[in-house]
Amino acid sequence: MPKDNSEYLIERNDNIYEVVIGLEVHAQVTSNSKLFSSSSTTFGAEPNTQVSLVDAAFPGMLPVINEYCVKQAIKTGIGLKAQINKRSVFDRKNYFYADLPQGYQISQFKYPIVGEGTVVLDMPHGQKEVGIERLHLEQDAGKSIHDMDPQNTLVDLNRSGVALMEIVSKPDLRTPDEVSAYVKKLRSIMRYLGTCDGNMQEGSLRADVNISVRIKGSDKLGTRCEIKNVNSIKFMQMAINYEANRQVDLIEEGKTIDQETRLFDTKKNETRSMRSKEDAHDYRYFPDPDLLPLEVTDEFIEKLKADIPELPDDKKKRFIDQFKVSPYEATILVSDIDTAKYFEEVIAKMGKNQDIKLAVNWITGELFAVLNNKNLEISESPISAKNLAKLVNLIKNGTISGKIAKTIFELMMDGDKDPQIIVEEKGLKQESDPKALEALIDKIINDNREKAIEYKEGKEKLFGFFVGQAMKISGGKANPQLINDILKKKL
Amino acid sequence: MSDITSLTLTELIKNIKDKKISSEETTKAFIERGEKSRDLNAYITEDFSNALLKAKSFDQKPNFDLKLPGVPMAVKDLFCTNGVKTTAGSKILNNFIPPYESTVTQNIWNEGAILLGKLNCDEFAMGSSNETSFYGNVQSPIDKDLVPGGSSGGSASALAANLTPITIGTDTGGSIRQPASFTGTVGLKPTYGSCSRYGIVAFASSLDQAGPMSKDVKDCALLQEIISTYDEKDSTSIDFKRNEYSKELTNNIKGKKIGIPKEYRVDGMPKEIEDLWTKGIEYAKDCGAEIIEISLPHTNYALPTYYIVAPAEASSNLARYDGVKYGFRSKGENLIDMYEKTRSEGFGAEVQRRIMIGTYVLSSGYYDAYYLKAQKVRKLIKNDFDEAYKKVDAILTPSTPSAAFKIGEKTNDPVSMYLNDIFTVPVNLAGLPAISIPAGVDDKGYPLGLQIIGKAFDEQNILNIAYAMEEKIEFKNKITNWWIK
Repeated sequence: MPKDNSEYLIERNDNIYEVVIGLEVHAQVTSNSKLFSSSSTTFGAEPNTQVSLVDAAFPGMLPVINEYCVKQAIKTGIGLKAQINKRSVFDRKNYFYADLPQGYQISQFKYPIVGEGTVVLDMPHGQKEVGIERLHLEQDAGKSIHDMDPQNTLVDLNRSGVALMEIVSKPDLRTPDEVSAYVKKLRSIMRYLGTCDGNMQEGSLRADVNISVRIKGSDKLGTRCEIKNVNSIKFMQMAINYEANRQVDLIEEGKTIDQETRLFDTKKNETRSMRSKEDAHDYRYFPDPDLLPLEVTDEFIEKLKADIPELPDDKKKRFIDQFKVSPYEATILVSDIDTAKYFEEVIAKMGKNQDIKLAVNWITGELFAVLNNKNLEISESPISAKNLAKLVNLIKNGTISGKIAKTIFELMMDGDKDPQIIVEEKGLKQESDPKALEALIDKIINDNREKAIEYKEGKEKLFGFFVGQAMKISGGKANPQLINDILKKKL
Repeated sequence: MSDITSLTLTELIKNIKDKKISSEETTKAFIERGEKSRDLNAYITEDFSNALLKAKSFDQKPNFDLKLPGVPMAVKDLFCTNGVKTTAGSKILNNFIPPYESTVTQNIWNEGAILLGKLNCDEFAMGSSNETSFYGNVQSPIDKDLVPGGSSGGSASALAANLTPITIGTDTGGSIRQPASFTGTVGLKPTYGSCSRYGIVAFASSLDQAGPMSKDVKDCALLQEIISTYDEKDSTSIDFKRNEYSKELTNNIKGKKIGIPKEYRVDGMPKEIEDLWTKGIEYAKDCGAEIIEISLPHTNYALPTYYIVAPAEASSNLARYDGVKYGFRSKGENLIDMYEKTRSEGFGAEVQRRIMIGTYVLSSGYYDAYYLKAQKVRKLIKNDFDEAYKKVDAILTPSTPSAAFKIGEKTNDPVSMYLNDIFTVPVNLAGLPAISIPAGVDDKGYPLGLQIIGKAFDEQNILNIAYAMEEKIEFKNKITNWWIK
């Protein structure tokens, strides 16, 4: 079990500070086309090849809402156990930038599509509820590239207009570990729902982190700073650590904290001021007159509710009830939808007389280690659930030993080989015939008379020597349990 | 055929269908007239040689089932036309050639019409005299140095001067009706949501509507039935049952109740406008309509409301003209410098004024006092009309508070220029249809128009009233050809 970091406190002189954190997560909606245009959203295409006249803000071009993105946002809202607003409004957020072709971003300001909800975190010290303030739909901007040309900034509009969900948490988070758990949980829920792939490398999930500090026990919030656009959990944790200490230092020096927007420099591991509150943009939000208010019916929402798959919290409960796995194991198994799927498939393929505990150990042990080493997702696992199930069954029914199983596991990785076939081809079947084993042991005792006598005289350590001999001579195939039993009898 | 260019659209179509004239002859006639009329400055872009090619091609394989068979026409330069420069009257789009077609113009070409060229207009349709165009002001064919009105000034001038048999404009606060009134022509602003805004350079999205301008009401009805289509590409387009307005046109308006709003009798209204209105009421009575005095109590607030809502939307709509993607770009030291130079050189004074006003009223701290309040007043103005329409079928008012004025007369006084829209803006704020028809002249012989405002989606009714009144009024536009040497 990981160690319990339920408290993250900063001590300076005689003061103990706690850190208050809220997150604005930007999650790219999984959809084939953009929020208000029909251009493709595929990642990694040649620059400016997925740009419609609407995305490039040509004169007279008008946005038309993509119904699929609306459904995705509502499904996510349902997954966050949140209020779904039947009427929401798209606003224009006005600012100038080279990669913002319209000169405004279409977003939702006063009336978001999803209201308050809750996310439950499984922390080592127990469960923690984090409040969701809102979820709204908005357009992504394009990308400015500053380092490809010495004179000019280049602009790629492929991302311009892609649908994002901005999920705003309440300031309920207190530690870097909770932040990590929260982001992972959001990612997990959205991946279960198929509403966001959660790929942080590709920028599908990124966050603005709001941080303030206060003397522990105080119920007043301190002045917060917002760290913009952090794109990995590790960086979020590093940024929080740096920023919280910076704020505490300022307070301890008797200085005040300016409410400002900051950037996290991942190379220097520090946050830097980007703009102060006075310099903050006046976005001049107003309802987009090109779009009517977004209205959805109860039937529309109910239909989506009926489509919601079993989500991590429910799945965890079921795994504990149905498969008798521990809460800790269940948390690991459900954290990613593909892991849960893999696990359930292994169980199904094992058939009757299954050893679930053994299967869990193999998945979370050997398999995870391999995936980690090879940097693969479980969906890309070199060993299929079907063949892993076979391997576990071969151990369970005594065909092979656990030790042999590890050798077989290595061989299976070459093209997802059937372990049964490996056992037969390599003759790795465990020797469990008591008569054959007795003959083997008789021979060993005969060949090592003196050691057998020493053992009988009390040198019990020598028992291991005989087991080792048996394994060595049998080429590791002797059933270890039987060897033990027979040796005890014979010696 | 004495003069092809002086025919109404309906007459022209009949002649083409009867094979008395070809599309090529027709197109040539309008091109020649256009070439002789360059002093009006009605065109920003002439597309004459292409027009001739298209006309010849039409004649080779004529399709007389179309509603506008081989009919040449010019359109306001606010409609994006595929492959033909579209400037919106602005320097900032002086090199912009759209690779797409607006829905409204596409509808026209689908019925067989041929593009003659793009007509001058106030920059981004911001103006009431066509004096804010980067491409110079437009002369009215009515008299030398007279404004044709705006913002569809080029359209009105070209139509009245017989450079095009019919045209389309856009109307955000009166930009079709006011120039129609100033040039003795007919102009209809349809119900908001009737004509698609797709491909029309946006000024104020919640107010903009394209509409027909014509020499008579029948032509207007025909063009309206062509351009008004439901369009999924415009989220504010409304899917309602559209009439074949020209087929269902009738002069029988007996028993129609027509409201006269007392609040439109504004202070300092010129006598000639009073008289015109009174005459209009008599005409309506002669047609068998019933006249009912009504009240639109928030009329006074319409103009200030309009001059908050429209600039607010414009300030955001025009943000895309930043020199980055298309159009005019000025060199700058860095991005911000490039923006500032591009936009201060690319936009004219009136456009900059409205961007400033719009930015101001949306700013934090001012939003509630201006924009939000304006939205509330807008609702009240709409409610006024809803109340009135419980009692009447249509409303009759003057189109403008005065006849056309001289070029330069109001350019230094924006507020007096804005006051020109006093009778037209409430209609845009309420999203209603309204038509302006020529109804008389002032003491100098300059045309004056009457406006008939309808219920939402009730274009047929106001077209019928206009049609009936047109017969009684018997207006004849006097075009002296003063600009042809």
